[in-house]
Amino acid sequence: MHPVIKLVVQRLALGLLLMLAVSALIFFGVEALPGDAAQAMLGQSATPEALANLREKMGLNEPMLWRYGHWLFGFMTGDMGVALTNGESIAKAVGGRLGNTLFLAFWAALISVPLAITLGLVAARYNGRWPDRLISGITLATISLPEFVAGYLVLYILAVKLHWFPAMSMVFPGMGVFERLSAIILPVIVLVMVVLAHMMRMTRAAILNVMQSAYIETAELKGLSPLTVIWRHAFPNAIAPVVNVVMLNLAYLVVGVVVVEVVFVYPGMGQYLVDHVTKRDLPVVQACGMIFAAVYIGLNIFADVVSILANPRLRHPK
Amino acid sequence: MLDSAKPKPALLEIKNLRIEATSYPPGEPPRKVVLVDDVSVSVEQGKVLGLIGESGAGKSTIGLSAMSFGRGGVQLSGGQVMLNGRDIRTAGPSDLRALRGREVTYVAQSAAAAFNPAKRLMEQVIETSLHHKLMSRAEAEARAVELFRKLGLPNPETFGTRYPHQVSGGQLQRAMTAMALCPKPDLVIFDEPTTALDVTTQIDVLVAIKAAIRDTGVAALYITHDLAVVAQVADHILVLRGGKKVEYGTTDQIINTPQQAYTQALVSVRSIDHIEKADAAPVLSVANITARYKGTTFDVLKNVTVDLPAGQTLAVVGESGSGKSTLARVITGLLPAAQGRITFAGRTLSPDLASRSKDDLRELQMIYQMADTAMNPRQTVGTIIGRPLEFYFGLKGAAKRARIQELLDEIEMGAGFIDRYPAELSGGQKQRVCIARALAAKPKLIICDEVTSALDPLVADGILKLLLSLQAREGVAYLFITHDLATVKAIADKIAVMYRGQVVRYGSKTDVLTPPFDDYTDLLLSSVPEMKLGWLEEVLASRKMESGGN
Repeated sequence: MHPVIKLVVQRLALGLLLMLAVSALIFFGVEALPGDAAQAMLGQSATPEALANLREKMGLNEPMLWRYGHWLFGFMTGDMGVALTNGESIAKAVGGRLGNTLFLAFWAALISVPLAITLGLVAARYNGRWPDRLISGITLATISLPEFVAGYLVLYILAVKLHWFPAMSMVFPGMGVFERLSAIILPVIVLVMVVLAHMMRMTRAAILNVMQSAYIETAELKGLSPLTVIWRHAFPNAIAPVVNVVMLNLAYLVVGVVVVEVVFVYPGMGQYLVDHVTKRDLPVVQACGMIFAAVYIGLNIFADVVSILANPRLRHPK
Repeated sequence: MLDSAKPKPALLEIKNLRIEATSYPPGEPPRKVVLVDDVSVSVEQGKVLGLIGESGAGKSTIGLSAMSFGRGGVQLSGGQVMLNGRDIRTAGPSDLRALRGREVTYVAQSAAAAFNPAKRLMEQVIETSLHHKLMSRAEAEARAVELFRKLGLPNPETFGTRYPHQVSGGQLQRAMTAMALCPKPDLVIFDEPTTALDVTTQIDVLVAIKAAIRDTGVAALYITHDLAVVAQVADHILVLRGGKKVEYGTTDQIINTPQQAYTQALVSVRSIDHIEKADAAPVLSVANITARYKGTTFDVLKNVTVDLPAGQTLAVVGESGSGKSTLARVITGLLPAAQGRITFAGRTLSPDLASRSKDDLRELQMIYQMADTAMNPRQTVGTIIGRPLEFYFGLKGAAKRARIQELLDEIEMGAGFIDRYPAELSGGQKQRVCIARALAAKPKLIICDEVTSALDPLVADGILKLLLSLQAREGVAYLFITHDLATVKAIADKIAVMYRGQVVRYGSKTDVLTPPFDDYTDLLLSSVPEMKLGWLEEVLASRKMESGGN
C-alpha cells in the first residue's frame, strides 16, 4: 500500500478512536453530575413515586453502560433523543441551529483565511519594515480585544451610530440569501477580527522560518522578485504549519462562537447550548458537546491529512 | 567580432573590491567588519578562475559579488564589479534581478539544501529560463534533458520528473550544474560544488562539470578550499587569505612554482611523515561483528573483524554509508552488536553501554567531527575538561584546576583558555579542547570520528600532529574513522577499508597501500585528487571500477 494511504487511514482511525473517547467523557461526565434527567424535569419538589415512574419510563434504571451504548447508537443513526424542556427532537432543533452556525462560520472563514494568509505573506515580504509592523500591530490589537467588547464596539459604531447594518442578526427559515448575508455582516466582522491575528502570525512565522533555507537563496539568485520567491518557493514549504493553525481557527469559528452569537442574538449552536445549559437540559448539552467535538476532531484530522499530503517525501517515496 | 585584433574585454572585472558586514557583539555598539579588502581580479570569456582559501578567506563572498549579492547584510562597500562592461556593484534591485540567472548563475555547495524540496527537479531547472523569457517551455525542457545527458545523469528523459529527495547527493549536484547552465549564462559561480560529496563521487561530478564547462564555453568562478581539485579545472587561480589577495597566477604557476609562503604551505600540506609501528599485542579486538539498527533486518555491519595494537592507530576508511561510524557506535556500546565479540584491554566488553563498568567507560573515549555540537556552549573550557576529572577520579578544587592546566598545556593551549566559552574559540581550538576532554579520562583508546573533516587543511594538519605527539607520549591507541585518504597516510599504522558494511581490505599501512589492489580500494585510492595538472584525465584512463553511479 502507498505509505500516504496508510498514514491517512491511520489518522482517520485515530480520529474515530478519539471521538469514541470523547463520547464516553461527555456521557459519563454528565452522568456524574448530581441528580439526573428525571430530577431535572420534575424539579426539587417532586415526589419519590413520580420520580421512580419517570425513571422507569425514560429507561434511567437500566445499567449505565447499556444506556451509553444506546445513546451512542442513537447518535450514530441520527437520533439524539428529545430535549427535556420542550420534548422536541434534539436532532431537528440542532439541524437548523448547526446550519446557521456553519453559515456564519463559512462566511467568516471565506474572508478571514485568504485575508490572513495574504497579510502574512505581505508581512513576511516586508519583515521588520512598516507594512509588517502595521499589519502585526493591527491584528494584535484586534485579537487582544475580548469578543464581547469587540462585538459591542462594532454594534455601537456600525449599527447604532452609523445605521449601516442591523444590530440584531436574526435569521429565520425562508429568508433570502442576501437578507441573511446582510444580517450576519456584523458577527462576521467580529469573528474575522478574532481569528485573523493567529493565522496571519503563523503564516508570517512559517514563511520567515522557510526563508532561512538555502533554496530561497537559490531562488533569489535566479532573479525572481521577492513576492514570487515567497509565493512559489517559500509558501509550499510552509503549508503544514499554516494549515494546522487555519484548522484550529475554523474549529473555533464553529465551536467558539458562543459569545458572539449571544451578543448578536444569532440563532446558532452557541445560543442553543447556552440556553439549555441554564435550563439543565442534559441531553441537549450532551448532543452539542458531541457535535462540537466532532467538528474539532474532524477539522484537525483534515489538517493532519493536508500536512501529510503537502510533504513530497511522503507523497513521492524513493 | 568587429575587430579581432582588439583584445576581448574581460567578462568580469573586479577592481579594488571592499566588502563589509555589520557585526552586533552582545552588549557593545555594532561595528563594521571588513570581509574582503582591496581585491582585484578578472575573468575572461570562456575561462575558469579558481578562488582558493580557508574558511573566512572571503572566497564565497567574492564569488557572490559577481552577482552583486551579499549574504545576510553583507555589503559591497567599495570598488567596482564590472560585468559585461558595466558596474553592477551599485545597480538597483530590478537591474540585479535582470542579470541574476540571465548573465550569471550559481551552483551552491550543498545541492541537497539548495533545491526546493516541494518542487520537481525539471520545474526548478528550467525556472530561470522561463522567468527571464529566454526560451519557451518546450525549448527549455529539451535543453535540460540534453544537459542531464551531458552531465551523465541516469535516464535523462525522465530525470526531471523526480523530487530532490528521490535522487542522490552526487546527482543533485549535477542537476544543480544543469540548472545553472540551462539559461545559457555568460558566467557560472561554482561554490565548493564537490566538497560535500564522497571522494569517489566527487571525481565523477568533477569530470561532469569540467566537460560541461568545456562544451558550453561558459566562463566560471570555481570556489574551493581544495587546491588539488581546483588544479583540475581552473585556468587561473587566486589565492585568498583573510579577505586579502595572497597570490594570483596561472594554475601551472601556482601549483608548481608558488611564490608566497602561504601558497607554498597550501601546496605542501599533509606532509607528515609517519612511519608505521611494528605489530604489537592488541588493545582492542573486534571479532565477527554483525550489527543492524532496531526494527530493521538489514545488516549495517557484516562479519567485521579488526585488531588495534596498543598505542597505535587503526584507520577505518570508506565512503559515507560504508558503516564506519556504525562500527564506532558498536564499539562504544551505543548500538549493541547482534553477533560477535569485542575484546578490550584483555576483557570482553558487554555489547550495550549500560552494563559496562566505569573503567570500561573511562578507558574508551570518543572525539567527534563537530566539536561545536560536542560541547555545551554554556560551559567554560575548564568545566568541560574538568567534568571527566571529577567523574572518574573525584578531583576537586585546586587539584582539579592544576590538572586542567596540565591538559591545556598538553594540547598546546595556554592556561588562559580555562575560563573561556566554546564560542570564543576557533574551530581548531574547539577540537583541541575535545581532545583534552578525552585525554582527561586517561583512556587506552580514543575513537576519532572524522575529527579533522570540518577543519581547514592547515588547521587539520596541526590537529593530526598533536594527536601523533600525544600518542608517542601517552601511549594511547586511536581508532581513526575518516573518508580522507591523505589523513590516513599521515597517521595510520593499520588500515581497514570498509565498503557496504564489510571490511574489504585490512592490514598494515604498507600492505594496504601497496598494489595489487582489490577493485574498490583501487577506486578509493585513485579518486583522491592529486596536486598536479592533468591528474583527472590520467585517473579516468586507468580506473578498474566505476563508482556507484552517484
